[in-house]
Amino acid sequence: MSSSTKAAAPAPVDVAPEHTGGRGAALVQRLVVVRELGILAALLLLIVATVIANPRFLSGQNLRDLLLSASILTVLAAGQTIVIVTRNVDLSVGSVLGLSAYASGTLLVNAPGTPVVLVILAGMAVGAACGLLNGAIVAIAKVPSLVVTLGTLYAFRGLDSLWASSSDRLQINAADLPTGFKSLAGARLLGVPLLFLIALAVVLLVGFYLRNYRSGRELYGIGSDPAAARLSGIPVGRRVLLAFVVNGALAGLAGVLYAARFQTLDATAGTGQELFVVAAAVVGGVAIFGGSGSVYGAALGALLLTTIGTSLPQLGLNPFWRDAAVGALILAAIALDRALSLRLARRLRGRNLRGA
Amino acid sequence: MIPVPGETCQPRSTGVHIRVLSVASVTLDTAGRYPYGLRHTPCETFHTSEAVTLEPAPAHPAPGSVVLALEDVSKSFGAVAALRGARLELRAGEAHALVGENGAGKSTLVKILAGVHGPDSGRVLLDGAPVTLDNPAAARAAGIAVIYQEPTLFPDLSVAENIFMGRQPLTGGRRIDRRELAARCRALFERLGVTLDPDRPARGLSIADQQMIEIAKALSFDARVLVMDEPTAALSGVEVERLFTVARSLRSSGAAVLFISHRFDEVFDLCDRITVMRDGQWVSTDPATDLTVDQVVRRMVGREVASLFPKIDVEPGEVVLEVRGLTRVGVFADVSFDVRAGEIVALAGLVGAGRSEVVRAVFGVDAYDAGSVRVAGSQLRQGSPAAAMAAGLALVPEDRRQQGLVMELSVERNATLTRRWKLARFGLLSARSERATAADWTKRMQVKAGKLSDAVSTLSGGNQQKVVLAKWLSTDPRVLIVDEPTRGIDVGTKAEVHRLLSQLAADGMAVVMVSSELPEVLGMADRVLVMHEGRVVADIPRAQADEDSVMLAATGQAGRPAVAS
Repeated sequence: MSSSTKAAAPAPVDVAPEHTGGRGAALVQRLVVVRELGILAALLLLIVATVIANPRFLSGQNLRDLLLSASILTVLAAGQTIVIVTRNVDLSVGSVLGLSAYASGTLLVNAPGTPVVLVILAGMAVGAACGLLNGAIVAIAKVPSLVVTLGTLYAFRGLDSLWASSSDRLQINAADLPTGFKSLAGARLLGVPLLFLIALAVVLLVGFYLRNYRSGRELYGIGSDPAAARLSGIPVGRRVLLAFVVNGALAGLAGVLYAARFQTLDATAGTGQELFVVAAAVVGGVAIFGGSGSVYGAALGALLLTTIGTSLPQLGLNPFWRDAAVGALILAAIALDRALSLRLARRLRGRNLRGA
Repeated sequence: MIPVPGETCQPRSTGVHIRVLSVASVTLDTAGRYPYGLRHTPCETFHTSEAVTLEPAPAHPAPGSVVLALEDVSKSFGAVAALRGARLELRAGEAHALVGENGAGKSTLVKILAGVHGPDSGRVLLDGAPVTLDNPAAARAAGIAVIYQEPTLFPDLSVAENIFMGRQPLTGGRRIDRRELAARCRALFERLGVTLDPDRPARGLSIADQQMIEIAKALSFDARVLVMDEPTAALSGVEVERLFTVARSLRSSGAAVLFISHRFDEVFDLCDRITVMRDGQWVSTDPATDLTVDQVVRRMVGREVASLFPKIDVEPGEVVLEVRGLTRVGVFADVSFDVRAGEIVALAGLVGAGRSEVVRAVFGVDAYDAGSVRVAGSQLRQGSPAAAMAAGLALVPEDRRQQGLVMELSVERNATLTRRWKLARFGLLSARSERATAADWTKRMQVKAGKLSDAVSTLSGGNQQKVVLAKWLSTDPRVLIVDEPTRGIDVGTKAEVHRLLSQLAADGMAVVMVSSELPEVLGMADRVLVMHEGRVVADIPRAQADEDSVMLAATGQAGRPAVAS
């Protein structure tokens, strides 16, 4: 292993240390590109294999279904990325999705004339409130986010169940929802499902924000080295709180999309989604210890995980293999990250040593 | 009358000679004072709105107004008083040195200036008015820039982003202007004379390059007060000169520079006044020209230096530890040395030279790619601390809080962690045997603890270090490796630890000591191995070891690497 990485490295012996910056940057640039290209390649490979087994996999309807199924996970993964780059994690998103979905369903049952935009805003508000609670405990009480959101994962779900069981209907069905809202699920723009376009817009917005705004870069700084972030005067608590609130709002949005797509809502909506979301982000190259990774990678990860779910049956494999495949992908992604960072460290360090 | 460049004059109010550098058209402000940076030159002899650029004549620094002052500041961490009535006064246009031993409270003082810690009592005055610097952003807003001893960078972010974090140039839509960001970064690097790519990530940069980024960061603030906490520890001669050029230009533009260093030549080279601290207290502040190095050292130590390093002369015995060609690619290379029974061998070098990494590899914590370690003639299996312990090695790690102790466990549990198998009967630990052993050792080490069942986190740093030592000494090792044995502990305990190490060596133990404190290295070691950038570059016997020979080797300025034998 070590001999193969050494062989792959160009010999930088004659390079003086002060002039290696350009090369180092180019190297990293390449690795980042490769990192996202790698997921894309895996996705394409999977699609090609599935198409060979079943040519109808590429039909317009099937692709639309695929994008539709991926859109909710993609929104969640985009939000989760914001939290993970700050070296935190939000495990409560599945429960937040459920709460928001049930809330928007209840709103529509009681006021069927509510405009869709208002329903979306209401769902996002519910999610943002949940995110505010998570973020406040993490940022102010300084409790590790893993523990906090594990707690609120159950707390929010419990709240959801309590609400559903105390109202007159345990389950909201398609018949209870107004047609205007239900038509969201089938709506298309230029043949592309509307829900997917919403998810795409979220990804682009979050990606743009994280890359181009000071506070976005500060989120990466916090995840990269929390102590350095504090010394540089970054308001760490406020930024982490913001990350959780935005992630909560996006989980709320995902809840509304869930309501529109599945139209059958009870207190179990979104159960178990949280780990799938974290998996999508990690497979997409978002470092679980923060500081690096992009929302585009996370979105590709979400798409890849969804595609596995639909293509395994087409490949003649039992769909129960899906979980095993997801697990293998996570391990592969982590192994790849580790190998890349070791190799990078080795080369950069080796260069300093030789340059001296 | 308008003065002529090159002329020396003496304004009446100050009685200080100043040299006129150039005549510029600077307008006086409404109060009739010179604009910022020139305020220390109230030349009422020049009755003109045509102001001048003035610089104090080198030998006679003009006293500027006090920019920043600390008055009677105290700060405690738990039971440890880091500062007890410290004071400091920084004037515009002066370079001020703060010297003192490690543990004298310098770094705590810096952290108060930086807004990291708030003082328990006392005042911080900015331009004569009390201010509260309760977070780093507040200190920064007050114009205080700090370069820390160890660079604090974001490894995942680019060099340019590290410098301008939170202050990136923006376009109209409040977006980051990446081109301008890189351009400003390059301009800074040009001023500093370094060639680093602004777009490369900070991860993997050498310590010196990282420190240059910190300097660039401080420079980009246009700070009124620049605090440098031992910035030169990792820099080579050229880089130090570059840093000083920057510091001098800041000073002549009216900023106050606070310089903390153990290198006296640098202190006297750069600084106008010197403040000495000892045990968290202010000792003295005097112009540098009125002091000698000897005086400063005497004030720092406050006692005879010899008593701090009670080294007993020992005739070394057999070779106990043999390290040959130890290499870990990219970290250290071809490290060879021997340690004899009764010998104290110091591993000296700059931060990041690879000293701790070598001893960790010897002890089996880290893997190595090539080479061998022998203890008393038999080969030691690599990568196994258990095997190393069985062979008679003990490692007291650098970071006692993270690696040396389980902070939440009691003193007795910590002291007996390494011996829990020996103390156990039928696989069960008896609390009584644990307690008896721990009581024995804490008494021998003179650990000052309330109860042995108290959590070790309640002890002072020095006493914690004694517990770590007890934990390892109770394994009865042949070779004791100590990594920064006295970091962050007070002077009194330091001397106790030194006495103990010296006694252990006299009793025939081989001691390997990694230390960044030159006085400790010179005072304790029979031989000094100096590392630079992952290699052993010098092996200096006690008689020839002095500050110059060790520092020259540590900064890579010695000749060819000496092969240890």
